[in-house]
Amino acid sequence: MKLLRELLFPVIAVLVAFVVGGVIVWVIGDDPFEVYGLLLGSALTWPDGIGYTLFYATPLIFTGLAVAVAFRCGLLNIGAEGQLYVAAFACAWVAIKFGGSVFTPAAGAPISYGWASLPAVLLIPLAMLAAVIVGAAWGAIPGWLKARFGAHEVITTIMLNFIAVALISYFTQYYYKAPGDPIMQSVPVGAAAHLPRLGDFVPGLPSRIPVNVAFLLAILACALVYVFLWRTKWGYEIRATGANPSAAEYGGINVRKQIVLAMAVSGGLAGMVGINEVLGYRHLYYHEFSASYGFTGIAVALLGRNHPVGVFIAAILFGILLRGGIFVDAFSEHVTKDLVEVLQALVILFVAVGVNYRWMSNKFSLLRRSKV
Amino acid sequence: MLELRAITKRFGDVLANDHLDIRVEAGTIHAIVGENGAGKSTAMRIAYGFYTADSGEILVDGEPRRIETPHDAIRLGIGMVHQHFMLVDTMTVAENIVLGAEPGSAAAIDLREAAREIRALSDEFRLSVEPGALVHDLSVGQQQRVELLKALYRRARLLILDEPTAVLTPQEVEEFFAILRRMREQGKTVIIITHKLSEVLAISDDVTVMRDGRVVGRVRTAATNAAELARMMVGRDVLLRVEKPEARPGETVLSVKRLSVTVDAGERGLRDVSFDVRAGEIVGVAGVEGNGQTELIEALAGLVPAARVSGEVTFGGRDVTRAGARDRLEMGIAHIPEDRHRRGLLLDFDLSENSILGLHYRPPAVSAGPLLDLRGIRARAQQLIADFDVRPANPDLPARALSGGNQQKLIIGREFGLRPKLLLVSQPTRGVDIGAIEFIHRKLVQLRDEGCAILLVSAELEEVTSLADRLLVIYHGRIVGEVDPKRATQEEIGLLMTGGER
Amino acid sequence: MTEIFNLGLLFSAIRLATPLLLAALGGMFSERSGVINIALEGLMLAGAFTAAAVTYYAGSPWVGLVAAVAAGAAVAGIHAVACIRYKADQVVSGTAINILLTGVPALLSGAFFLSSGSTPQIPKENLIPLTPVVIAFALVPLTYYALYYTPFGLRLRAVGENPEAADAAGVSVRLLRYTGVMLSGALAGIGGAYLSIGQSSLFTRNMSAGRGFIALAALIFGKWRPVQTMLACLLFGFTEAVAIQLQGVPIGGQEIPNQFIQIIPYVLTIVVLAGFIGTSRAPRALGIPYQKEK
Repeated sequence: MKLLRELLFPVIAVLVAFVVGGVIVWVIGDDPFEVYGLLLGSALTWPDGIGYTLFYATPLIFTGLAVAVAFRCGLLNIGAEGQLYVAAFACAWVAIKFGGSVFTPAAGAPISYGWASLPAVLLIPLAMLAAVIVGAAWGAIPGWLKARFGAHEVITTIMLNFIAVALISYFTQYYYKAPGDPIMQSVPVGAAAHLPRLGDFVPGLPSRIPVNVAFLLAILACALVYVFLWRTKWGYEIRATGANPSAAEYGGINVRKQIVLAMAVSGGLAGMVGINEVLGYRHLYYHEFSASYGFTGIAVALLGRNHPVGVFIAAILFGILLRGGIFVDAFSEHVTKDLVEVLQALVILFVAVGVNYRWMSNKFSLLRRSKV
Repeated sequence: MLELRAITKRFGDVLANDHLDIRVEAGTIHAIVGENGAGKSTAMRIAYGFYTADSGEILVDGEPRRIETPHDAIRLGIGMVHQHFMLVDTMTVAENIVLGAEPGSAAAIDLREAAREIRALSDEFRLSVEPGALVHDLSVGQQQRVELLKALYRRARLLILDEPTAVLTPQEVEEFFAILRRMREQGKTVIIITHKLSEVLAISDDVTVMRDGRVVGRVRTAATNAAELARMMVGRDVLLRVEKPEARPGETVLSVKRLSVTVDAGERGLRDVSFDVRAGEIVGVAGVEGNGQTELIEALAGLVPAARVSGEVTFGGRDVTRAGARDRLEMGIAHIPEDRHRRGLLLDFDLSENSILGLHYRPPAVSAGPLLDLRGIRARAQQLIADFDVRPANPDLPARALSGGNQQKLIIGREFGLRPKLLLVSQPTRGVDIGAIEFIHRKLVQLRDEGCAILLVSAELEEVTSLADRLLVIYHGRIVGEVDPKRATQEEIGLLMTGGER
Repeated sequence: MTEIFNLGLLFSAIRLATPLLLAALGGMFSERSGVINIALEGLMLAGAFTAAAVTYYAGSPWVGLVAAVAAGAAVAGIHAVACIRYKADQVVSGTAINILLTGVPALLSGAFFLSSGSTPQIPKENLIPLTPVVIAFALVPLTYYALYYTPFGLRLRAVGENPEAADAAGVSVRLLRYTGVMLSGALAGIGGAYLSIGQSSLFTRNMSAGRGFIALAALIFGKWRPVQTMLACLLFGFTEAVAIQLQGVPIGGQEIPNQFIQIIPYVLTIVVLAGFIGTSRAPRALGIPYQKEK
């Protein structure tokens, strides 16, 4: 019964978003049922539809968890986008520097860009760690700015997103681009850093579909976030801070520390997007690769009610939209894949309008405690 | 002038006003008295359009009127001065007064005209308010006069004043009453909400007494006395005195020397406070609210940033002046906070989770590494709920679902579970039903007899005098006297509380 | 070195500051009333797309400009309803508007102009390169006057500082907040129109490129005051102008990476928010829905 109530609202929000989206499709001149049929149908076929859906869902699970952890501490992390960029770049950097030589068609022979050539068992964990740590560090900055100076995390994270993109663009352009490459991307990472694709060991799933081990990592992250938030003293302190910072203080909890910690954990989770992108998919750092994963993460977290299970389900839903959007683009007459963004926005709007999150309206909430 | 007929108002499950009938004649000062929570403010907020009643009607000058927003009330000539002032403190006095009723055109406020009119009103009622001053820089008494001017500027014929004297010193109260009398002479009608009987007798023409959301009586002030009013207010003759054996104080547990707490400008803070609390005694702190009690307790609990605290606090022989909240908890200082919703509880957490706040990071709450022992926590919460009679007895309910008394019992159970050497307790029975009050009082005495040192702050003079073994009186952030609660009279303590000499 | 800093640079700075200023002044009306407006980016996009599309069809930039104002106000209306009527979290609602407005113009242009997210070229005679600049800078004294010398401004500021006090004084908190938010949409709409039918000659996907956020930064940097906000916009416009001029120009044999100039507004905003340069105090009720117990 309780579960049903928890589910009811998000489901209504999604349905309303689809109805409004359908009206827009109809106004534009297509048949909404046909478009939605295309959207869902193409995303739920086996193996391609489902494989790609899971691939698109992977980064959203990470960013959804990232936003949810911050939410639980009463913070709104709009900076997942910047955090995942710096993390992806760091991940690529480690995998380039310690990945030995790589073969590129342009050069025609193996070239080494790195310092050392580590075996996969060392290189992959090291590159993953780099993503998590750098993401966490970038996330901790707005946390620290809030804890120390009371600067509102929403504004600082927005600013840090732009700063992240500019900095990474600088490093890519001036130091890590293959000479003569017209595309803003780094040189490739060493082959030892490539994560296996699920198709390598799941029967019936071809290896050309890029869903990879990072998806399993995302499921693991859901479980770990659950344990962290509800089964450890650290999670208790973060949630207590989110629920009522004054009471947390009274309970001997260092609220400032929790703010930094929650933002760091959040940033680390967002950083794991880099693992999927660099080690699992493109095998290099491709500039501005993120299709607004960080912002979609807000929708995922809100729709998933800031709970790992909800986040997982919501991420799959948005994965379906991303996958189906490509087919809508190609096969419908007027509607483009931009419909997906519209649907996302509508879902966020309806969830925000309808769900009166207690901590949001809580007069003691941290959201009310900073300069904007 | 104003008549409320059968006004009923519910907040959730609470019936705040139950078929109220209140009638106020023009040109009189009418007092509405009752204990905290009797529904006085709610009724007046309905008359001012801040709340809308569920049923009943409002008559102004004999005509039934709809008052749905303050705007409606203002148009009918009703003004209200709220207990918490409704002023924008970054703006000037004049801006605050004209807000919503600006002179001049839509394109330009005529501030000169406004200042002129404010000066005229200020002179007429001898309020001495400077229109150009920033509200932020004014004293509380001056801010209150700005509030009065706001109503007068809007041509209010009826002024509703909600606990206007709570924030004033005795001298200011005298001045304030003089202003009210001048208003009556000018033909204004005044409603004053209060729970202080001496003030009712001093200023009003008629009194309406409220209890538990109902009107229990209406009398002419000249024909009544304090005892009668008190009986109507409380509904019984005298409050139960707490039965307690003689205290047997042991060694000094807490020693406070020249403790000061600085606060933002305009607030009083705490100045040079010194006292001791010994094991096995209850030291009470009496005083009008807002005279430094909050700062005192929070500083002792380690909740005030060290930079704002000076002086010396020793606990069990150790200097703890700069210790944080967690260190103090670990040393055995427990704290029952004055505002349980703000400090004491995580309202959206369940009772189990609330039962470990402050203990959540160490055994037995934590079993292995950082992992919480959820089963053990729940079992101990269940025990606590049984021991302290928390109802409903379900550890999985959110704290929000409990009544005030049960929330308080949960907090008390948790803090008692710390086996404290010192208990800081503030307003332990605020918003708590009678049954729970007695329970809480018994528990406090029991803890004392087990050898705990207790520092008790309460705004209820009855409560501190009956529970405390020694009584300190606080005024304007200073301890202005110590009395023996068994011997001192209410008048004596009351005089100290308001800054008078003994 | 000296030839970089010339009159042309100044004009270019003013031109680049114009959309920022329009959006920032708009944001001021919203935030002074107590509603956070991080939707400025989306509101500019709404204005930019509408201006270009309507000018293309109507053949008149004035019709386009008016349509942009209406579109900005309408989209801001969604934000207002969500935040005021439904008490949604203002940041979340703003984020939704921003995402919505990356999608909707692209969707519509895909349908109407069969392009992936841009409108057709508008002939040069139908562009208004100057008017929005004049409007923007004329609005500074107007805003200042409105905020500090009119009943509207007094009420707006009171609602943003202490809505309960304003309510008790008979001022409608809701009405003022709706007005503030809708005005922000109208002004950001002009800012967006300037991007598509002033500075360039068509709408392209995401053409505001973060200007809405820089405008927000300028508003904070300018401490929610009109003149200071204008100065902040000019400063940010100037850095952008310098960045454009410096592109590929070596100074002392060293090329200054563009990225370092681009991030100046963002870094400055963080510095200001952290209180390193003076203190910046936001309207006290900013971000808090007005909730009266019923």
